[in-house]
Order: sequence, then C-alpha cells, then structure tokens
Amino acid sequence: MSSEGVSSGGVSSDWPLWEVFVRARGGLSHRHVGSVHAPDGELALRHARDTYTRRMEGVSLWVVPSAAIVASDPDEAGALFEPAESKIYRHPTFYDIPDEVKHI
Amino acid sequence: MATIAPVDARLDAREDYLLRLGDDALVLGQRLSELCGHGPILEIDISLANLALDLVGQATLLLGEAGAKEDQGGDRLAFHRDVLDFKNCLLVEQPNGDFAQTIARHLLYTTWQHMLLQRLQQSSDRFLVEFAHKAVKEVAYHRALAAEWTIRLGDGTGESARRMAEGLDWTWRFVPELFEVDESLHSAIERGIAPDPRSFEDEYRSVIAEVLAQAELAIPSDQRPILGGRRGHHTEHLGHLLAVMQFLPRTHGEVSW
Repeated sequence: MSSEGVSSGGVSSDWPLWEVFVRARGGLSHRHVGSVHAPDGELALRHARDTYTRRMEGVSLWVVPSAAIVASDPDEAGALFEPAESKIYRHPTFYDIPDEVKHI
Repeated sequence: MATIAPVDARLDAREDYLLRLGDDALVLGQRLSELCGHGPILEIDISLANLALDLVGQATLLLGEAGAKEDQGGDRLAFHRDVLDFKNCLLVEQPNGDFAQTIARHLLYTTWQHMLLQRLQQSSDRFLVEFAHKAVKEVAYHRALAAEWTIRLGDGTGESARRMAEGLDWTWRFVPELFEVDESLHSAIERGIAPDPRSFEDEYRSVIAEVLAQAELAIPSDQRPILGGRRGHHTEHLGHLLAVMQFLPRTHGEVSW
C-alpha cells in the first residue's frame, strides 16, 4: 500500500483535546466517557461519534475543549471534600425511595 | 466484445445491478480497511474503519441478494469471482494514496451513492427499497464526513491544499462512469428497479462544486473519462486488491471463523 503521509508520525499533539459526554437515553444526563483529539468542535463530534457510540451507547453527544474545564486542585482535596465526611445527615438515607425510581 | 458475453448473458438486469452496487461497497470497504492500523491518527483510524465496516455490511446484503437465486452465498461471490467478473466502478478500486486522496475518492463516490440511495427508496424492487432505507443513513454520514475533511484540507495549510487538489485530480476522471447508462442499467431503469443516474448528475456536480468552493479549491479540469468497470474492465489496481482479499478462502477452501 502506498501510504505517503498516511502512516507518518501522527499529528495528535498538534490538535487540542476534547472531553466527550454521551447521553445514553432520553431522560438521562450526559456522562463523561473519555476524550478525543480533533482540530475543531465539528470534527471532535465526528470522532466522538466514531469512537464512543459505535455500539449504540448514546442518543446525544457533547464535546467540550479540555482546556475549558477548570479542575479542582488535588492538593486541596482535603480542605474541599473531607469536611463532608462527618456529615452523614446530608445523605438522603432517612427516608425510603420507591423501587420504581431509577437513576437516583 | 463477444468473448465476455457469456458472463453477462447469464445475468439479468436486476442481478447485474445488485452486483454493481454490491461490488462498489465491497471494494471500497476493502480499500478503506487497508488503512486499519495505518490512519494518520488514532481517531481517524477508527473513523475510517467504521466507514469500511458500513460498506462491508452493505456488500454483505447486496451480494447475498445477488447470489440468492443461484443459491450462491454472498461470500462465494466476494471471494471466488475473478477480476473480470467484478462490476464495481473504477473510482472505488483506486488506491488510497495519501489521506487526501482517500478523502477525495470517498467524497466523489459517497456523494453519488447518497443521491442514488435517496432515489432507490422509490424503486419497484422491495429488497432494494429496504436496503436503500437502511444504507442511506450510513452514507449520509460518509458524505458529510468526507465533505468536512475536504473543506479542512483544502482550506488548511499550503501542503494540505496541494494534496487535496492532487487527490481530486487523480480521482476526477472516474466520475463520468458513475453517470454512464449502458444496456444493462438501461434495462434496470426501464423496469423501475434502478434510478437513472443522469437525472441527478447536475445536482451532483453542483453539490461537489459547493464543497470545493468552501474548501477554496478549484474544480478539477475534465480529463478523458475512463470507463469499463461495470463491464469488468478494471484498472490494474483491482487485481492486487482482490489477491489480498481472496487469498485466504481461495487457498484454504472452506475455512470459517
């Protein structure tokens, strides 16, 4: 096979990373499933479709530039999250959830 | 040519039409699958493999139907026919070249295929109506993806624009064959089985022109058209493709998964 330019080193590093979110069914929220490289949003959607929804995993896709995500600092995890540990009364465990209610 | 008549004489217009569409899908699917593991980046690799799988799926349906009457499975037609019996258009057997040439070929073929499938949904043939109904959605995606890449490569860097223009230039001479109506196709059109491709040639050319305008690429100048694939006269590339594709079942008889 003539592959001039086809199998050369890869240009992923030149392309921004996009985070991919899939809505599995109507009524569910979009969930983060992974990421793709793409030169722009439209192609990021195409790549996301081909990479993450090949087996009917979804009915809707979002892509977001990874650079647009503001993440919490792991070093701050203690200050951010540990205070919640001792506050079990914030969990909705003091009343019954009907069996018919899914995805809660 | 009298020497090739026996093969064609056995085929009625419907079977011949099924073989033409089936071989188009099979050969283009095989071409794209050659890139599996060789795509320029992982995402494109997966994307091209998906396109290949869609096409091989279409070929399975079409060749299965083409072989149904003589109780030949689709596999028999795919793996045990010689090059002169293949009815695909010449465009789909052209080598992948670089990514731009692969995209040029895909744009030119699937834009045509999409217009055909839209019309094939009104065919008098029930199988083809159902087939078209299923495949038209797949091919709409192929066409759109190829157009998007054409625009990005054409309107990209100097090098990508040059490669895209060269890819289009290489494939352009195979476009007239897509609109050729020979005796066999004429008979399928008369029977209401096949749409007349000439009815959408103007639309095809204007859609391609629109994509190329967005890509800031010139429409390639018309070259001497190359015809003959529908009658089994292929370019030298098809034999090599079939050798790779058919080697295993031909060498090892009735192997299966």
